[in-house]
Amino acid sequence: MLRTTPFHARTAALCASHAWRRWAGYVVASAYELTHEREYHAIRSSAALLDISPLYKYRVTGAHAARLLDRVVTRSVGGIAVGQVLYSGWCDASGKILDDGTIHRLGEEEFRMTSAEPNLRWLEANATGLDVSIHDVSDSIAALAIQGPSSRAILQVLADTDIESLKYFRLVETTLRGVPVTISRTGYTGDLGYEIWMDTDDALEVWDAVIDAGTAYGVVPAGMLALDLARIEAGLMLLDVDYVPARKTLIDRQASSPYELDLAWTVDLRKEHFVGRTALAGESERPAEWQFVGIEVDWDSLERLYGAVGLAPQLPSTAWRTSVPIYADGKQAGYATSGGWSPLLKKYIALAHLKRPWFEPGTAVEMEITVEHVRKRAAARVAKKPFFNPERKRT
Amino acid sequence: MSAKYEVVIIGAGHNGLVCAAYLARAGKRVLVVERSDQIGGAARSEEVFPGFRFSVFSYVVSLLRPEIIRDLELPRHGLHILPLESTLTPLADGDYLAQWADHDQNRRELARHSVKDAEAYDEFGRLMYRMARAVKPFLGMAPPDPASLTLRELKALARLGSNLRGLGAEQFHALHKLLTMSAADYLDEWFETEALKATKSASGIIGTFQGPRSPGTAYVLLHHYMGEIDGVFRAWGFAKGGNGSVSAAIAAAARGFGAEIRTDAPVARVIVRNGRATGVALESGEEIQAGLVVSGADPRRTFMQLVGAEHLPSEFVEGIQRFRFRGSSGKVNLALSELPDFSCLPGNGPHLRGAISISPSVDYLERAYDDAKYGEVSREPYMDIVIPSMIDPSMAPPGQHVMSIFVQYVPYDVNGGWTDAKREAFGDTVIDTLAKYAPNIRSAILHRQVITPADIERMVGLTEGNIFQGELALQQMFFMRPVPGWAKYATPIDGLYQCGSGTHPGGGVMGASGRNAALTILGELK
Repeated sequence: MLRTTPFHARTAALCASHAWRRWAGYVVASAYELTHEREYHAIRSSAALLDISPLYKYRVTGAHAARLLDRVVTRSVGGIAVGQVLYSGWCDASGKILDDGTIHRLGEEEFRMTSAEPNLRWLEANATGLDVSIHDVSDSIAALAIQGPSSRAILQVLADTDIESLKYFRLVETTLRGVPVTISRTGYTGDLGYEIWMDTDDALEVWDAVIDAGTAYGVVPAGMLALDLARIEAGLMLLDVDYVPARKTLIDRQASSPYELDLAWTVDLRKEHFVGRTALAGESERPAEWQFVGIEVDWDSLERLYGAVGLAPQLPSTAWRTSVPIYADGKQAGYATSGGWSPLLKKYIALAHLKRPWFEPGTAVEMEITVEHVRKRAAARVAKKPFFNPERKRT
Repeated sequence: MSAKYEVVIIGAGHNGLVCAAYLARAGKRVLVVERSDQIGGAARSEEVFPGFRFSVFSYVVSLLRPEIIRDLELPRHGLHILPLESTLTPLADGDYLAQWADHDQNRRELARHSVKDAEAYDEFGRLMYRMARAVKPFLGMAPPDPASLTLRELKALARLGSNLRGLGAEQFHALHKLLTMSAADYLDEWFETEALKATKSASGIIGTFQGPRSPGTAYVLLHHYMGEIDGVFRAWGFAKGGNGSVSAAIAAAARGFGAEIRTDAPVARVIVRNGRATGVALESGEEIQAGLVVSGADPRRTFMQLVGAEHLPSEFVEGIQRFRFRGSSGKVNLALSELPDFSCLPGNGPHLRGAISISPSVDYLERAYDDAKYGEVSREPYMDIVIPSMIDPSMAPPGQHVMSIFVQYVPYDVNGGWTDAKREAFGDTVIDTLAKYAPNIRSAILHRQVITPADIERMVGLTEGNIFQGELALQQMFFMRPVPGWAKYATPIDGLYQCGSGTHPGGGVMGASGRNAALTILGELK
């Protein structure tokens, strides 16, 4: 049986499209309205409210909580302050990515970790000999993301503390109309935005409060279709879509290291020890064979290919999640794993894995497209990620 | 002698800015001089009432050329086009007709009025799409002159011909009808629902001094479908921040390429020496020399005021004098304390996020035109309403709203001339008409801005207040715009070009005139 999230009473009533998507054993709305268009634009223009409860969440406490997390993830956890949030991936002993997520430091000895896959067993396996306790709190904590330029103003109306001064990747424990919540300035859209963490029992009260205060600011409940486009614009990768977690690989070459996923910045080799360090230290001395990059498809090329059959370019209005060959110099240079038309940027963009030497920004490549049932190659260019990176995200 | 600027452009309207951006992108040293204290011309946003931002004149993005959005990277410069998806037509009997973006929802709604119309709707859309695709290349080029027999003209005509040849017989015949019929007659061949015909035909009369039953108005319907071709590219909608954001994004792109823009710099005249334009003289007395002068002002202002008839061939002067303006539309902008509550569809809902068209029947529109024909404001005018704050809440304080009402017919040559009292009476007519459908409107008004064609002329310098810099009527389009033989942005004065919407392909915040002019100039400089 699929499960519903703590917000289901509200989201089901709103889901006019009857379009739902599975996420970690739960169902969440793909789009509430008949098309996802307005929900997408809300992320970039006003504010979107997203149910992100299906994330896995772990509470890690104890004298050695920081040590455990430092042992697991590739970035340095010990150095972050209480109230700070950190994004990182974590690897197996061969330095291949298992998962990625955020670590919230709620206290000196208290952390919350989020992930896309279950990680309880992995955390426990690495906790041997440490004074630490680990709880899977996935079911007892509900989560909402409020993302977009108006998100700050809306939360400020509701919160009992100063939200204006909450910095990027920081969190605050506060109350929203009297309900205790944690608000972190984080998200998966690459825009100004926050995530609200609360007790499952308080979920509906918080939802109602955000809708009530947010309506005047144009808050729009948004589903996964809108989020998927936004995260591609933000250049953010998705587990199972853009990479195969090392736990699920059937052959070795399916696994990726952080260096191949453009996550070199998250690998802190100054740390004495963490899982995969030896392998990653070796890898850091060699140039990466693969890189995870952005692709921009050339409009004139699309117009020519479709024009040849008498059509205007037919573009994907929702993001696709399939493997699409990328060519360069007449050879296959790699593959794209997600892509779509960016309604904001007016560009056809994709995220792709490319081999050396073709992954440098500006490199001319070709992406396979199917025009009237015939495979064609559209001119494209390797682009810097993120495609969209507004100043308001950090300021 | 090397002037500081290679090109000086008169007017920082959207076309002047587009022209500047393309020229600067090609490495030209460009200066734009604007008489007002702000850029944008008729595409501007202003805080007319504290906390409430208005797209004072033009209010939606419908035909802005996708190639301009791409070439100038307007999204990177802040342009964000939000969807404007539905059209609501309230009816006198308390019912309504809605057109929705979702296909099934739209069909069900149409079928409520006519099952036949619901089925014809898709077929009509497909035919218009195919014709629009054949005609669209016209917009992006200097119009070839069929009266000229030079090789270049013939080639361009042949290219267009091959486009049209791709149309089947059915579409070719339909195209002929579009060029000759009235919007009402053309739509009569397809639909029986009065409100549908009226609402669709309204797009054929905007900015003209013609009624839905005037021949030639059918063609403008086709322009409406140009946006459809672009499909998911979606160049139509509502610009976040209002239409001033369109101008701001183009200006940012132009500056990024190195163009300079000076506001508060009204041009007194174009300096003409030995039949050649050599710069402009500002009202301040300052003279700015430049290799080329490009005017974004309308043809009458450009030639009769800034150049002067004495520098021009008499038949050209005659042509300019015949070019019709006849502003016929006005604007009422409202700051509202609450949303309008339409009796036909009470409360808040998706119908308030699209256009609201006061066009219950073709007779209604034609009667509105009848009043104007005899010099009066329509007693019951056609109105195209949007509530920008429903699409972009940052246009008004939280929970409050702005409303933009485009009104037709409001004749420039109103009997007795425009006075303050007449302007307010016009404003009252608009509110009275709207109150029939949304009775709470009067009590919701916090501020009212009423703009007549005379105001448009005074505020943005558009002759006779015509929003398109000259009527978009077939006899003055394509190779006839603004004057036969001079439709390719060049003028009888060497070194003087035009880039405003008084040239092909015309108005509608398209930017095409500015782009075509720039490309023509760059071609000739080579």
